[in-house]
Amino acid sequence: MRGSSHSPLVIILAKTDSGKIRIVKIHNGTVIDHIRAGHALDVLQILGISGREENTVTLAMNISSSRIGTKDIVKVEDRFLEDEEVARIALVAPEATINLIKDDQVVRKTRVKLPPTFTNIVRCPNTRCITNKEREPIAPKYQVVSTAPIKIKCLYCWTLLDEREIVERFTMY
Amino acid sequence: MTRLFNLIAIQDLAREDIDRILDRAQEMEEISKKRSNQLGSRIMACLFFEPSTRTRLSFESAMLRLGGKVLGFADVGVSSAGGKGETLADTIRTVERYADIIVIRHPLDGSARLAAEFSNKPIINAGSGSEEHPTQALLDLYSIRKMKGTIDGMHISLCGDLKYGRTVHSLAMALSKYDVRIRFAAPSQLEMKPAIVNEIIRAGIDVEEVDNMADAVKATDVVYMTRIQKERFPDVNEYNAVKGQFRIRLEEVSLMKPDGIILHPLPRVDELDPAVDATPQARYFDQVEAGVVTRMAILDLILG
Ligand SMILES: [Zn+2]
Repeated sequence: MRGSSHSPLVIILAKTDSGKIRIVKIHNGTVIDHIRAGHALDVLQILGISGREENTVTLAMNISSSRIGTKDIVKVEDRFLEDEEVARIALVAPEATINLIKDDQVVRKTRVKLPPTFTNIVRCPNTRCITNKEREPIAPKYQVVSTAPIKIKCLYCWTLLDEREIVERFTMY
Repeated sequence: MTRLFNLIAIQDLAREDIDRILDRAQEMEEISKKRSNQLGSRIMACLFFEPSTRTRLSFESAMLRLGGKVLGFADVGVSSAGGKGETLADTIRTVERYADIIVIRHPLDGSARLAAEFSNKPIINAGSGSEEHPTQALLDLYSIRKMKGTIDGMHISLCGDLKYGRTVHSLAMALSKYDVRIRFAAPSQLEMKPAIVNEIIRAGIDVEEVDNMADAVKATDVVYMTRIQKERFPDVNEYNAVKGQFRIRLEEVSLMKPDGIILHPLPRVDELDPAVDATPQARYFDQVEAGVVTRMAILDLILG
């Protein structure tokens, strides 16, 4: 079913005449709102969404927001994010809100929150780190050491990763 | 104060933990000479995945002086990380059934933390990767305290390869828990990483940086010298130039305070002229002895 015709990636960047942004409503799925402008693609990357999945993905960038100035929005049809996925979003979009939609109703609205530690999100960039040794039965673990700007520390070798490295390494994982 | 179980990194220790180890090391001076049987029933395994004869012998000597037994291996190459052979996790889960405490040296960063995660027995890090060598830092602190009577108030020069030298990283972090002044002396190619310098400044330590030995040795209480390794330089001429400058000869000793001391983690190559050995400032062989009592203290605090 991969790459079948009913898996469109719709990108809407334009405003309507009234100045309002019209984005297709979803019936079931997740709306990630209040993403810092320009970071919607990072959010997709962090969730492992390539656009080649079955889900309809709608993405809006650089739209005005009363809360955070300009923002991006991502809507993913028929996908309900795990708590751990919501936590990851906080790495690139610390102010994001998550709306779970079921049968056209918002059933849950939460704000992302950075947990103190992450397991297995990215590989440690230090090639001499024990977590990069093949077959060792451990997952890389990170501690959040700073939130603005975001910085995480490998709990094994204590290498620091900034936001750019985190996002870059998501594509590599 | 919690009981000492693993010793993985100097950053895991509070100043009071360090002081407790140094106090116990002082008590071990006497026991080291007379010997004791206080760890008579205990077995220490030394797992040295990269060679370091001195560190291993120092740990073994410490354990034997306390009546314990030692077993282990040395020089098992794992330089091809991820190569064939057993995982470190499996080695640790096996060896913990043979021994009461495991001393590990391993070339990869974070290896001692992994070992601690998989072991129910205490782990002592005897050097992991490029950053951590906590027992060396503790024995350096103990040497300073023993030879100078105090650590607080000391002015200390750390010299040589400050970029890659793991002993100076751990020592600088350990010193930052005391009221000291630190002078970093390194050739520009081998300066202390800015992240570490910043962390030490944030700890409230007065830091100076110099790039030559004459400025390094003047007016400080402790000159801590380290070796500059050839493999750090792409160009052999550059290495030779730096090596020629970062040496302690009688000339440099004459610039030191009369009661200043020279320490060195050993082994040395050319950076300490043998002529310096006879000066009262040369204390690096006494430092070796301090290493044994410091490791006795650590073993005793964990197993005793
Ligand atoms: Zn790491």
